Parts: sequence; structure tokens; C-alpha cells
Amino acid sequence: MSGTRTIEGIAAVIDIDNLDTDQIMPKQFLRGIDKSGLDKGLLWDLRFDGAGSPRPDFVLNRPEWAQTRILIGGANFGCGSSREHAVWGLQQFGIGAVIAPGFGEIFQSNAVNNGLLALALAPQEVRALVAEAARSSAPLRVSVDLGDLTVRTPESCFAFHLAARHRQMLQEGIDMIGATLKLQQEIAAFAERHWAARPWLRDVGRRVRQRLDQTGAAATNDEIIARSER
Amino acid sequence: MSSRSLYRKIVDAHTVSVLDEQHVLLFCDLHLMNEYTSPQAFAGLRAAGRSVAMPGQNLATVSHIIPTHAVSPRVIREPASSLQARNLAANCERHGIALFDTNDPLQGIEHVIAPEHGMIRPGMVVMCGDSHTTTYGALGALGFGIGTSEVEHVLATQTLVYRRAQEMRVRVDGSLPQGTTAKDLILMIISRIGAQGARGFVVEFCGDAILALSVEARFTLCNMAVEAGARGALIAPDETAVSYVLARAPDIDSAAACAHWMQLRSDHDASFDREYSFDASSLAPQVSWGTSPDQTIPIDGLTPGSVGHPDAGTARALDYCGLSPGMSLQGLPVQIVFIGSCTNGRIEDLRAAAAVIRGRRVAHGVRALVVPGSGAVQKQAEDEGLARVFVEAGFEWRRPGCSMCLAMNDDLAEPGERCASTTNRNFEGRQGRGAITHLMSPAMAAAAAVTGRIVDVRTLEVLP
Ligand code: SF4
Repeated sequence: MSGTRTIEGIAAVIDIDNLDTDQIMPKQFLRGIDKSGLDKGLLWDLRFDGAGSPRPDFVLNRPEWAQTRILIGGANFGCGSSREHAVWGLQQFGIGAVIAPGFGEIFQSNAVNNGLLALALAPQEVRALVAEAARSSAPLRVSVDLGDLTVRTPESCFAFHLAARHRQMLQEGIDMIGATLKLQQEIAAFAERHWAARPWLRDVGRRVRQRLDQTGAAATNDEIIARSER
Repeated sequence: MSSRSLYRKIVDAHTVSVLDEQHVLLFCDLHLMNEYTSPQAFAGLRAAGRSVAMPGQNLATVSHIIPTHAVSPRVIREPASSLQARNLAANCERHGIALFDTNDPLQGIEHVIAPEHGMIRPGMVVMCGDSHTTTYGALGALGFGIGTSEVEHVLATQTLVYRRAQEMRVRVDGSLPQGTTAKDLILMIISRIGAQGARGFVVEFCGDAILALSVEARFTLCNMAVEAGARGALIAPDETAVSYVLARAPDIDSAAACAHWMQLRSDHDASFDREYSFDASSLAPQVSWGTSPDQTIPIDGLTPGSVGHPDAGTARALDYCGLSPGMSLQGLPVQIVFIGSCTNGRIEDLRAAAAVIRGRRVAHGVRALVVPGSGAVQKQAEDEGLARVFVEAGFEWRRPGCSMCLAMNDDLAEPGERCASTTNRNFEGRQGRGAITHLMSPAMAAAAAVTGRIVDVRTLEVLP
């Protein structure tokens, strides 16, 4: 993504509101321990029928849309499950931007963190794009300019907003962990202050696990429940 | 200092540094992990030669892929899933992270085991690679779901670059009528404000009806706030919440902690970006009819679209669910009943279902499953005799896990099968390709199991 200024290409319309991440990347493709092979699972139930044959009428299966770079989606695109696999799958499929009236919160963060542009336009602007795509017989070509923050089609041009931080991440692909690690000492000092005032939070995961191990898991739990029901 | 909401107080107390107008570096008190959204984070850490910053503030469990058949020891047969479980164990071992592994007697769904063992404490910030982390708002802890890149960030730094949310307050007064539960309440609220009605907001629930809820019922409520798009849910900790935590966390110096926790409330003049108010007393049992949790109606209601033509989204959902506009859901035959999940897989949920089932039988041709949320819930239900009630009625009594909530293990509904489910998502294909999900409360699901149909639990005679 380094140095990206424009995302340009064929756009496909998937005009479904609340297209959740279960649909974008179904469960059977979440079994890996790496990120590979997710292009295959993208929008599986929409792209393929029950027997696994491509549905010829689905936009992404039509030959003219083979080079799709941009998706135009419905409201609340990517809602539901936090699975980042949805974003990885879109990118592996060749999608560089999704344009929609709004996105699921976690999906949007995931997109930013991977350099996928989740571009929100006003509902009427998205409707205008959908209408334009429907009018033209050939696939709609869309161009997104990250420099002047505009979306252009043959018939329209819309401005969009992008937080400065996100624009930088898209264009330069910053190493966020590296940046935060520069604050390591501040974090450590913060934690010490935080725990001094709230000692019950230090090592909470490890300490609870140790208590359960020491006291005998099953017995302890009965006691826990008995106590809580008094 | 000007007046602040509970949300703002928690965020401020965890702000390591202010990054820009919108973003802060937020400290994470507890980071929970599962087997399928963490592997790539650990791999990324390793590739960059980084270590886990504060292993003691982390915890992991195998929950989503695990088979729930009643066999011991549990063996994950599917090779890729088995690798995920082994990989999680290896990652935890390598980094010194506490784990509830496949055959741990306390294994279970992350959002069930963390609070039941006293890990969730008021005022905490909890993050997890799972959207239902909002559950912890029930105890006055700010929980929210994160993606895998963020999991890696939290592992490496114990912090997150966090964009502050807008604030919403939802007040619910009145009291819940007989036969209704927190599940019905949250389904109703989602149906009113919509699947994106709380998007960008952290929701604080307040009012008499909320304070009257048990902690377990509050979990159900906050768990599903994310289905309205919320970035978090909160209920100010009260007596009920505090005694729940203290009973489960004997290591806490309770005087100091309570003094701290009792300040965890919104100032009386705190302002909210949006406010809603509902009256619980007119609530009826709710059932979802469509493929988004906001597509929900009261049991005595009708599917939408009766006047004029349904819009495209409604038509698509009705079609997927094999329904038509303006019809009642009552009497609709179901083939599967699923009781479980992080929404409704706790002991009170199982008690409510068992109360309906006692003395009855699962209807002919219905497959009914109960999957307890955790090993502790399973054991308690067995000790209380609930398991026997389920088994005698013809239910399958399973081992803990996510199971048919997302059907990532081998519990799956077939195409066209209609499932009465206590879970949180009725998305297309969520419980199996072509499977139809109707979200409802445990008591309503139990009523569906014994009648074979979607019915109003309030009309079932109470058996002695
Ligand atoms: S029970 Fe369902 S919603 Fe809860 S963590 Fe498991 S899969 Fe997610």
C-alpha cells in the first residue's frame, strides 16, 4: 500500500444492508492459523450454490467483473463478528476499497489496520452510484483519490472524509505496534500507577488461573457458586 | 473537572496518552483470546521478533471449534481445527499466558468463564478478538471486540490505539412482566433502534427495570448490545454487581475495591449524545423473524410488509426465512432447538428452560440440544438435577462450547431447517447454510422444543 494515492478500477454493486462478516467470510474458512487462501471463501454463499457451483448471475462471477477492485455495498457493511478474515479475504480477492453508507465498527478498524479503504458516503450518494452502475451496460469504473479525498465516476464526483491518521496509514502503511512500543516506558509507568490504586487488577488473568489450579478446579467452582447464591 | 459519564471515567482512567483529538492509547486490564482470531496475531508477533508485554493480563480458551458431544476426553477430529487448538496451547505456553484448554474441566465460552471465576471487575477495560465482549458491561467493565491486528497490538503493548465513542443512554423503567426476560428486552430494544442504531456509541443502560435484573440477565442484555452496533455497553455497578464479583474473587481487598467501585457511575448532570427511554411493563416475549437481529417482533405480532410491498431488504429476509409479509410466527414448526451460547448459556438460563420442560417431552421430529456455557455451568446444572430434566425430556445434554451459535464445530443445522435458538445472531447461514434462525429466550426455546412450534410460552400450562 506504500505511497498509494489512488484506488481505481471496476466497481461491483452488492446492494444488501447489514451484510455481516459471517456472509463475507463464512465459518468454514476460519480454520487456518495463517491468513492464506481466504479469497476462496469470500462471499461464499452469494458466489456459490449449495453444490459449490458458481452462481452465474452473481456480479462477481460475471466475466466483465473479473477485475473488480471496488465494492459498493449497503448500510452497516461488515457488521457482526470481529473476524478480520473478512478484510483479508476482500484484499486477497483484489478489493482495495469498499464504498458504503456505513460500516460495522470492528470491520472498519480491521480495514484501517490492513490498508483496505472502508469509504463512507452519504446514503443518497451511495444510491446515486448504485443507480449509475445499474444504468450503464458495462461495469462502472470508479476512481478514489486519497490526495484530494474524492470518489469519481464518469457521471459524478463525491468528497469523503478520512481521519488524518487513517489517511497516513493507508498511504504509508505505518507500523502501529512499532509506534506504540516507543511509548513502552510510559505504558509501564502508567501500569504501576494504575495497579497501585487498584491492586486487584495486577496479573488478574494469571492469578485467577492459579487460584483455580491450587484449590482444585471443580470443588472451587461449587464453592464459588454457593457463595454467590447466599 | 466537568461532569463525566461512567464511560468517560473508565476511558480517562485507562488513558496512557492522548494521541490526537479522537484517539487515545488505552490500557487493557484483561485481554481474552480464543483459538481462531488469535493465531495470526501470535504469528505476527513472532515474525517481528516481539514478545508479549504483560502475560499476566491475558487469558485464552478453546471455545469456538470444540466438539460438544458427551464423550471424554474431548477430541477435535477436524485436522485444521485440531491444529488451531494445539497452536493456541503452544502460544500460551511459549508466552506464559493462562489457558483453559480443550479438556480443562472449566473450559467454556470466553464470555461465560471470565466473569464466573471473578476475572471481570468493575471499572476494568477488557478486550477480546470477539464482538460479544460487550457482555462485561453488566459488571460496569468496559468490554469491546477487536480484530486480529489489534490482538497483536494488545499482546505486544497491553494497550490499544482507541477512538473514543459517542455516548448513548438507554433508560428502561417499569418491571418485566411474567414470561419475559432480559433477552426479550434487548431484542425489543434492538428492533426499535435498529441493527446500526447504536453504531459508534457506547450504551449505558439505566432505570428500575435494569437494576432489578440479576447479573446473569445483565450479561444477556449487554452481550447483545453489539447487535445494535454498539461499541460497548455499561451498567453502573450496584450492590448486586459488587456482591457477584466479590463472591468470585476472594483475593480482593473488598473495602478498598468497593470504595473505588462505588464511584463508578455517571455524574448526575453528565450529558449523552443520544438518549432513549423504554417501558418494560408492556414487553411481550420476542422472536426474530428475519436475518438481522433487529428483524424481531413480539410473539403476538406479525411479520412486516402487510401494508403495501415490503422493501427489498425485508423481502429478501422473508424469502430466506420462508415467510410471507403480515404473518404470525405462532404455530410455525421448528426442526431444531438450541439452548446455549454466551447470550443464554448460563445457569439461570438453563433453569428457566428446565422449568418449562419439566414433565414434558421434546416434540416428535424435533432435535433439541442444550450446550452449557462452561464446565462450571455444566457441573452445576448436573448437581441441581437440571441435566436430568433435559435428558428425560429428550434433549441432548452436551459439553460446553459455542456449538451451534456459529456452527464452527460439527453442530450444524441443515438447509431449510428452522431453529428456535437462544443465541444472538440470525444471520443468513450462521447456523448452517440455508438454516433459518429464530432468536428467542431460553423459556421460549424450551416451549418450542416441547410443542415443536414457535409458541407463546405464557400460554403453556405450568405443570406441577
Ligand atoms: S457463543 Fe456465539 S457469540 Fe458467543 S463467543 Fe461463541 S460464537 Fe461468539
